[in-house]
Amino acid sequence: MESPDQIKQRAEAAVPGATLTLVPNPGPAAQHSLLLDHGHAVEVATFLRDDPALRLDYCTNVTGIDWLERVGKTKVKAVKVVDGAEQEVEETREEAVPGFLEAVYHLYSIEKKHGPVVIRLRTTGRGKPASVPSLTPVWRGAELQEREAFDLFGIDFTGHPDMRRILMWEEFEDYPMRRDYVPPDDYDYEPTPHDAVLERAAANRERRPGKDGCESIF
Amino acid sequence: MDETPNIDQGLLSEMKKRGVFVTSMQELYNWGRKNSLWPLQFGLACCAIEMIAAAAARYDLARFGGEVFRPSPRQADLMIVAGTVTKKMAPQVVRLYNQMPDPKYVIAMGACAISGGPFKEGYNVLKGIDRYIPVDVYIAGCPPRPEALLDAFMELQRKIAGQKLRGDDMSPHLRKEQPGEYPVPVFGAHDLEPPYNPQIFHPPLAEREE
Repeated sequence: MESPDQIKQRAEAAVPGATLTLVPNPGPAAQHSLLLDHGHAVEVATFLRDDPALRLDYCTNVTGIDWLERVGKTKVKAVKVVDGAEQEVEETREEAVPGFLEAVYHLYSIEKKHGPVVIRLRTTGRGKPASVPSLTPVWRGAELQEREAFDLFGIDFTGHPDMRRILMWEEFEDYPMRRDYVPPDDYDYEPTPHDAVLERAAANRERRPGKDGCESIF
Repeated sequence: MDETPNIDQGLLSEMKKRGVFVTSMQELYNWGRKNSLWPLQFGLACCAIEMIAAAAARYDLARFGGEVFRPSPRQADLMIVAGTVTKKMAPQVVRLYNQMPDPKYVIAMGACAISGGPFKEGYNVLKGIDRYIPVDVYIAGCPPRPEALLDAFMELQRKIAGQKLRGDDMSPHLRKEQPGEYPVPVFGAHDLEPPYNPQIFHPPLAEREE
C-alpha cells in the first residue's frame, strides 16, 4: 500500500484546493495519519474510497480525542553572542496551543486487503458541541460511531443524518469522555476507599450524622 | 411445625404417623409460596447467562419450584437482577418492580447489581439496585456460579417460610403502610434524580480510623 505521504500527494492532486497534513507518529508503531481540512473532507474521503489503487471501502473505527489547552515547547537553534564570540545556542520557545477535539477514522480495504489508513478531523476549540463534517455519507457504517463520538465527546458531525445521543439519555448535558468531565457525586457508600475514591468518599462522610461503625443495614 | 399454636409437637408427630396431618394456615400459605416462586424473565448482562444455566437441565432450578420464568412482571413474584444496571436502565428496572404484584422478592445477583462492581467508578452505572428497590438476598460473585444462585434461591425460600401472617413482625407485604411500589428515578442533566431513594438506601457506615 502507498505511504501516507504518497496518499496525501495523490489526494491533493485529485481534489483541487484540498490540503492534507501529515500527522507523524513518533512511536515505534509509526502509524502516521492524515489530517483533513473541513471544506474538502467529504471529497477527499470519497477519493480515498473510490480511488482504484486505494479502494478504502471499510471504515472500522471512529473515535474521538480530547486535547486540552496546553503549552507547546519547540526547540529552536539561534545564533547568539556569548563571551564576545558568536555561538549556536538551543532555545526553548513556549506558545499556548488552544484545545480542540479530534475525530479519528480507521480505514481498511476489503477489496485490496490493505490498511489501515488513519484520517483525522479537528474542531476549532472545545465548545459544547464543536463541529466537524460528517463522513457518514461516504461510509455508512460510521453513522452509529459518529453518534457515539457526539454523545461522549461532544463532537457535532455536520451532515450526519441522525445526530442524537446514543448511549446516554437525551436529557444528559455532559460529555463524559472529555478530560474535564466531573462524574456525579454518588460516593456515599465506599467500604474500601482508596486514592481518588477515598478523597471523594471523605467529602460525603462529613455530611453524615452519627458515628462510624454503629449502624446496621436495615 | 413450631408455628402451629396450642398443639403439642409430640402429638403432631404421633398423628402424622397415623395418617392425620395437621398444619396451620401460615405454614400452608408459606409452603405454597416458597415452592412456586415465578421469576421475572429478564437479564441485564453476563450474570443472566449464569441465571439461564441455573434454569437449564444441569442445575435445574425446577427442583426448587423456580422454573416458571414469566415474561411479564404481572405474573412474576421474584425479580432476579442479573447483571449491570446502567443508569439508563435503572428507571425501567424500578418500573418492572412496581408492576409486579405483591408479595414480591428481589435477588441482587452479582457484584454489579449489588454495588456497581467493576464499573463502580464509572459515570454510567448505578452503584447497586438497592438504591431504588428493596433487595432480599444478595449474591456475591462476578458472575456468581449457578450453585450460588441456587443457594440464594434456597435462602429466599427460608426467608419466606419464616414470614408471619399476623403480629408485630408480620410479613412486609401484608402491612398496609408498606408501599407496593417505589418512585421511579428520572433522567437528570448530570445524574439520575434522585441519586438514591433515602427511604430504602441505608448503607452501613464502615468503621475507619481518622
